[in-house]
Amino acid sequence: MAVAARKAGRAGAGAANKTTPSKGSKNGATPNSPQFDKNQDLSAYNDMLLIRRFEEKSGQMYGMGLIGGFCHLYIGQEAVVIGMQMATREGDQVITGYRDHGHMLACGMDAKGVMAELTGRRGGLSKGKGGSMHMFSKEKHFYGGHGIVGAQVSLGTGIAFANHYRENGNVCLTYFGDGAANQGQVYESFNMAALWKLPVVYVIENNRYAMGTAVTRASAQTDFSKRGLSFGIPGEQVDGMDVRAVYAAGQRAIEHARTGKGPYILEMQTYRYRGHSMSDPAKYRTKDEVTRMREEYDPIEQVRRRLLESWKLSEDELKAIDSKVREIVNEAAEFATHDPEPDPSELYTDILL
Amino acid sequence: MAIDILMPALSPTMEQGKLAKWLKKEGDQVKPGDVLAEIETDKATMEVEAIDEGVLAKILISDGTDNVAVNTPIAILAGEGEDVSSAAASAKAPAAPAPESQPAPTPDMEREGMADRPSPDSIQGTDVTPVGEPAAPYVIQTRTAHDAMAEIPEGTEMVSMTVREALRDAMAEEMRKDDTVFVMGEEVAEYQGAYKVTQGLLQEFGAKRVIDTPITEHGFAGVGVGAAFTGLRPVVEFMTFNFAMQAIDQIINSAAKTLYMSGGQLGAPIVFRGPNGAAARVAAQHSQDFAAWYSQVPGLKVVAPYSASDAKGLLKSAIRDPNPVVFLENEILYGQSFPVPKLDDFTVPIGKARIHRQGKDVTIVSFSIGMTYALKAAEELAKEGIEAEVIDLRTIRPMDTDTIVASVMKTGRCVTVEEGYPQSGVGAEIAMRIMENAFDYLDAPVIRVTGKDVPMPYAANLEKLALPSVAEVVQAAKAVCYR
Repeated sequence: MAVAARKAGRAGAGAANKTTPSKGSKNGATPNSPQFDKNQDLSAYNDMLLIRRFEEKSGQMYGMGLIGGFCHLYIGQEAVVIGMQMATREGDQVITGYRDHGHMLACGMDAKGVMAELTGRRGGLSKGKGGSMHMFSKEKHFYGGHGIVGAQVSLGTGIAFANHYRENGNVCLTYFGDGAANQGQVYESFNMAALWKLPVVYVIENNRYAMGTAVTRASAQTDFSKRGLSFGIPGEQVDGMDVRAVYAAGQRAIEHARTGKGPYILEMQTYRYRGHSMSDPAKYRTKDEVTRMREEYDPIEQVRRRLLESWKLSEDELKAIDSKVREIVNEAAEFATHDPEPDPSELYTDILL
Repeated sequence: MAIDILMPALSPTMEQGKLAKWLKKEGDQVKPGDVLAEIETDKATMEVEAIDEGVLAKILISDGTDNVAVNTPIAILAGEGEDVSSAAASAKAPAAPAPESQPAPTPDMEREGMADRPSPDSIQGTDVTPVGEPAAPYVIQTRTAHDAMAEIPEGTEMVSMTVREALRDAMAEEMRKDDTVFVMGEEVAEYQGAYKVTQGLLQEFGAKRVIDTPITEHGFAGVGVGAAFTGLRPVVEFMTFNFAMQAIDQIINSAAKTLYMSGGQLGAPIVFRGPNGAAARVAAQHSQDFAAWYSQVPGLKVVAPYSASDAKGLLKSAIRDPNPVVFLENEILYGQSFPVPKLDDFTVPIGKARIHRQGKDVTIVSFSIGMTYALKAAEELAKEGIEAEVIDLRTIRPMDTDTIVASVMKTGRCVTVEEGYPQSGVGAEIAMRIMENAFDYLDAPVIRVTGKDVPMPYAANLEKLALPSVAEVVQAAKAVCYR
């Protein structure tokens, strides 16, 4: 079974994944996964749940017309960003594309500020001028939030360049999707990162569809961990539905980058439950496929099960976490609904310093 | 508390849709994320997911109902511990179906960025004025020209220097002053610069700060912008700006727009520099003036100096500027010598034009190599008794409208000179600003002298024809003077 081979395989060791939906590990069927202690499981559960609930609320608010434009939800992919974030240390930076709400919450950015940006209000993290795809926080080392597919890969390489220049020991986690992985500037960046041994970890979130195009229809090489081979960049395929596997791979990759060995590629095999954006009819995949992924591989359900079975938490204890998370999300939604729109004078501010 | 489940929109343009199918029935226990129902428009099918936990107390809109308006309650969810029947009883009468169908945006519209354009009357803030200029009605204001002479203290010793040396010195001085400044680009280090502009920098500052890049414009422009986001001050050299078209996405979408999109949090203090415009006999792909292109973009500053002194002073200012600056040089000017002030720290302000030659009869506005035509034409015109005032814009964005307008108020006539294409060119912009600010002072329509509206040809005679000429400038100046 391909599952075992995909577990934390080293460079090039990942099994061919073709179109099999059995990507990732089934619940509980991961004997080789690195183990989490109770606190790690609790923390991962809490953080992933926050993203899940936040995104569900975003979807709902989009449906109510409170959020405009494009809105790309992260539901299903939570383990990727949470596992990676657990492997970072203070000072490490994060940059990603347009499916960015989860990354911002994982970086510790205020849910209210994120949600108010989605609704285009003055209390939004970009004062309502950026929207869903464009938020930043220097304080939390989050560099966006970029709407041009693949642009963040060069930018993240540049942030890593700055780390190298300053010799500050920080690593830049540069996230992009299986779609962006086919952009030319990705390979320009790989080349420079490898040439100059820049401290960057390229996290390819392979959710199997670039908008509506399955990876097999867009990519000659669907093993994205191999995309850096010609530059000598090591890579591995990771079960992106298992937060423990993500964390362990993240630690290896970040350690590699931090110790001056240059860039590292992690292909996170994950899945988005929702459409590419809110206006996606999702005709390119079957409902069964989505249902199977949700029921059998859900990243949050996996941790929940461990909390109940291995750590003997009660349903009530989990419910308490749930309601706390829900409270944060509801507060954010409330704020984002009632916060005023930006003052018209903001139209002409922040163009130049 | 009973929770209304509302008909969701697939996009803000969707007003109603069909409730195709319920996947849960009354009395079912639901958890967040459970799919409750499917809704359809003519373009898309979407699932309605539960956000809250509870029991589906009542379905208000049944399967197969068409034209259900967005935000209509479609079901009622009884919250935890709530009595299902009393929750169901809380139902309000369902809203009437929407009258007409409205298509949802298709996914390909999204990729094209076509979805959800606001209608013109919904755009807020139309009372604010573009490019900082007064909107109609037109009000005559007194304008004061910038006094570029005052930039250099009286009695300053001047030394003769090429534009190439001036640019190199500017970079070297800023690199000595600030160790966050570094230079990157193709052949800038070992080769000493494709046009020798970075000569000697590697020897003085080392390979860490003078960085040869692979031939990878898009990539290294992005690397530069990323580094600038963290507060470093990259000077990114393009071997020529023709190649920067590979990188224009990073220059515009990443460098110019991020400050705005971040609500002022994250700027990019970066300089993109290199030769711009036609060189000689290198044909269409290597001969284009991009001044007008970049000058259209809010969030960028665009500088295009002519003299060595301005090249040095402006490049130093550009490196210190907290904003992205596109610094357009000219290969033909690199070897020309000009007097440059011998000062420890000489800078020229960005956004200020220089009156290069005073005159009363006609204003000639130009920049970069266009100045060579303008100045020679002014000499010819002087022989015929026409005193031209020649303004070197130096900065294309922000444009020094005051200096242009003050001059035109004096002369009543204007000719613009540039090597770029005529349509939507810098000359077109200047002419418009004069109309907006000094229409009543004009004694003749503004004339543009530009590169011809053709790709640059290779043949020597055709190339000459494609570029502006001194004769054309003289002719234009005479025409606006009715002579």
